[in-house]
Amino acid sequence: MSIGVVVFPGSNCDRDVRWAAEGCLGMATRCLWHEETDLSGLDAVVLPGGFSYGDYLRCGAIARFAPVLQSLLDFADNGGRVLGICNGFQVLTELGLLPGALTRNRDLHFICEDTVLQVASARSPWLRAYGAKAYLNLPIAHGEGRFQCSGDTLKQLQDDDAIALRYQNNPNGSIDDIAGITNSAGNVLGLMPHPERACDPVTGGLDGRELLQALLN
Amino acid sequence: MPRFKARVLVRLRPSVLDPAGEAARSAALRLGVDGVQSLRIGKAVDVQLEAPDESEARRRLEQLSDRLLANPVIEDWTLEMLNS
Repeated sequence: MSIGVVVFPGSNCDRDVRWAAEGCLGMATRCLWHEETDLSGLDAVVLPGGFSYGDYLRCGAIARFAPVLQSLLDFADNGGRVLGICNGFQVLTELGLLPGALTRNRDLHFICEDTVLQVASARSPWLRAYGAKAYLNLPIAHGEGRFQCSGDTLKQLQDDDAIALRYQNNPNGSIDDIAGITNSAGNVLGLMPHPERACDPVTGGLDGRELLQALLN
Repeated sequence: MPRFKARVLVRLRPSVLDPAGEAARSAALRLGVDGVQSLRIGKAVDVQLEAPDESEARRRLEQLSDRLLANPVIEDWTLEMLNS
């Protein structure tokens, strides 16, 4: 049982994810350089936060073409669990594993603060341990986290029960207060908040633990 | 091989809020420029491309624009051939 953590040039939360998953929660992890294509032996893959390829053109637009992500398409297709955090969420939308797009925050600020989220759906394994309607406190740190999609896509997300997390006090202008979504199968989750920064009692809350534990449970 | 020059203009779709454009619009007032009703920021991408003929050049540029330069979820693009 092992978790792959993708490292792009410009990723900066890859070590945080490893510390949370391995150091705090005792789960084995393996770093995956963006040029790797072998995902064998992995049960889950995390796309961490940061600024992959400098976020040139658009956040996640260049990362989409990384060799490791071509393997990830098959991995996700076969039901493997994929978690995209912050920049990782942006990459998943550019890659087409999740719908919509993340755009510049409504008020232009880079927002770095703790935020209250509500579990919108406990359908997927990611949030089952918290239960529907539960509240979580997780940090956010992004300049481009305003989730946007067409009306049709939003309806599809609602029909699929694929809206995973909503902001209590929408900080960035996301449509329908969306902070995280899953694919229709539920094995792929993308979210702007950072669960890996809420796993170690030394640095704050622990509300991210169950979400990361869902990588293997 | 013929060389083609093109400009791809990438714009946020009209329905997508452009907070950076709004911020620039309010700066226009501070500059003393009155009457700016709307200001939206896009990108101009200048491309030089070698291709056997213009229709093939267009085909490649359209693919490039649609699959990389713009994200169709939030952006529209237009292609302008500069030396045809």
